[in-house]
Amino acid sequence: MTFDISWNPVTDLRVMWQFEFMRNAFEAGTIIAIVAGIIGYFVVLRRSAFATHALGHVGFSGAAGAVFLGVNPVFGLLAFTMSGATGMALLGRRAATRDIEIGTVLAFMLGLGLLFLSLYKGFATEAYGILFGEVLGISTAGVVFTLEASVVVLVATLAVYRRLLFASLDEEVAEAKGLPMLALGLVFMLLLAVAISIAVQVIGVLLIFALMVTPAAIAVRVTRSPLGAIVVSALVAVFSVWLGLSVAFFINKPYPASFFIVSTSFVIYVTVRTVAALRDWLLPRGGRDEHTRAAADPGGT
Amino acid sequence: MEYAPRGNTLPDRPVSVVGSTVVRAERLDAGFRDKAVWTNASFEIERGEFVAVIGPNGAGKTTLFRMLLGLQRPLAGALTVFGESPRRGNRRIGYVPQRHSVDIDTHIDCDSFVRLGVTGTRWGPGLPNRADRDAAAAALASVGAGELAHKCIGTLSGGELQRIFLAEAMVGDPEMLLLDEPLSNLDLRRSRDLVALVSGLVESHHVTTLLVAHDINPLIQRLDKVVYIANGRVATGTPAEVLTSESLTALYGVPVEVLHDSRGNLVIVGAEESLGGEHE
Repeated sequence: MTFDISWNPVTDLRVMWQFEFMRNAFEAGTIIAIVAGIIGYFVVLRRSAFATHALGHVGFSGAAGAVFLGVNPVFGLLAFTMSGATGMALLGRRAATRDIEIGTVLAFMLGLGLLFLSLYKGFATEAYGILFGEVLGISTAGVVFTLEASVVVLVATLAVYRRLLFASLDEEVAEAKGLPMLALGLVFMLLLAVAISIAVQVIGVLLIFALMVTPAAIAVRVTRSPLGAIVVSALVAVFSVWLGLSVAFFINKPYPASFFIVSTSFVIYVTVRTVAALRDWLLPRGGRDEHTRAAADPGGT
Repeated sequence: MEYAPRGNTLPDRPVSVVGSTVVRAERLDAGFRDKAVWTNASFEIERGEFVAVIGPNGAGKTTLFRMLLGLQRPLAGALTVFGESPRRGNRRIGYVPQRHSVDIDTHIDCDSFVRLGVTGTRWGPGLPNRADRDAAAAALASVGAGELAHKCIGTLSGGELQRIFLAEAMVGDPEMLLLDEPLSNLDLRRSRDLVALVSGLVESHHVTTLLVAHDINPLIQRLDKVVYIANGRVATGTPAEVLTSESLTALYGVPVEVLHDSRGNLVIVGAEESLGGEHE
């Protein structure tokens, strides 16, 4: 069966939404994009992109273990990412800077995941789904679970929003003002773990950046306030998912939706960087001198 | 340029409280774990004083700040701030750390950044409200940075950045400011501008201020007191008392000479040899 795109968004969405698997994909994808866009802002602010990447791999091992044991992979994901997140948070105030330790654990976790998959018979499609996402295979129960987990993440994020923002943006002053830095770091890593665990269904552990990091990286370049950046980040993530799903549907070839989602966010990122570079080249800004760099760089004793 | 912090919207405190002791150190030893960086320091800092904390790298100037902030405990001796033991999260203290973790790529405007100084310790998402907005605007105005409110932190010059950090520290209307090396990346003219600004805040807000610096010269004409940390010891007093050949020779334990030029600048000779390190 093939479908032709009408270029009328309402008609096209109606065509796609007549199928339950597409409705589920849009619903779960939208919820996850919002969560990933919001948490992603803090990932970018705290420079925790590598920790995010690593947690995805830790989750792979957990999901593979769950598949091997015949349990729903999302529970394996949650168990492993939350344990990993706790470990990273306790390692140091900024786990992102602990890249040697994280990298060591990451490699071991990938190996462990590989072992679990080889022990499980008929692993290829399961492994593929965990690594690259299986957005068109999300069940209605899966959507409900995604929604529940997302509500927990969003409520918790709202509760710590200003404290987490302060601790991420201005660590020393926040500490002097009495904020519990270790506890806030732990809360953030746990929120990240849950967000990654549910996002993996859509985008997979290897492509997690497309929803977790790229939209926020775009947002901080086009906004000036934290709230503005969070809104733009979530919108870019949602747009990437919607466009990716639509292209995957109407292209009438068995190309993975994940690829189109990743491509959408990447193209937006490259466009924003190019426009910014051109603008700087054509209209050099004044007032920025070498003092800024020196004053803002960590260094000295 | 000269900044004029007078006539801003932050409330002035009654002058009558000037003169009470804000910081008292008695036979204080400072260090990390069991390793002392300086010992046996006794000094007092009075309300409304502008104090420079001077000394070579690694002498323990930041250690003093960390103890005042309650981030580090004294090894021995007594230290009180506002008559109490130092505690973390004391809202009466505004702090500008030396290595500020604000990234050059941080795309956040100064208003949002300064506002976090007052809202950043609260729970919940918080709706924008007039009180917080006014507090941030008043703090920005008090450092003459009202026009920077909507500029991104990452695009500011070194002098502007230090003014924004100062505004962030001022936003809770503190009674004491701890400024760690705010002059370290500024040239002499911008250093003098910032010192004039801080000095104005000390006078208009009666905010007791401790400023860590390497070089005494941009500060010397505006100071009430000097805390000179070197060689594991601390000397305290007015600039005229501390910055003499006799006093610094006693502090360093080797002959040190303080020379004056015709414009009132000081050159300290001999100290760097005794420590084998850099002394600007």
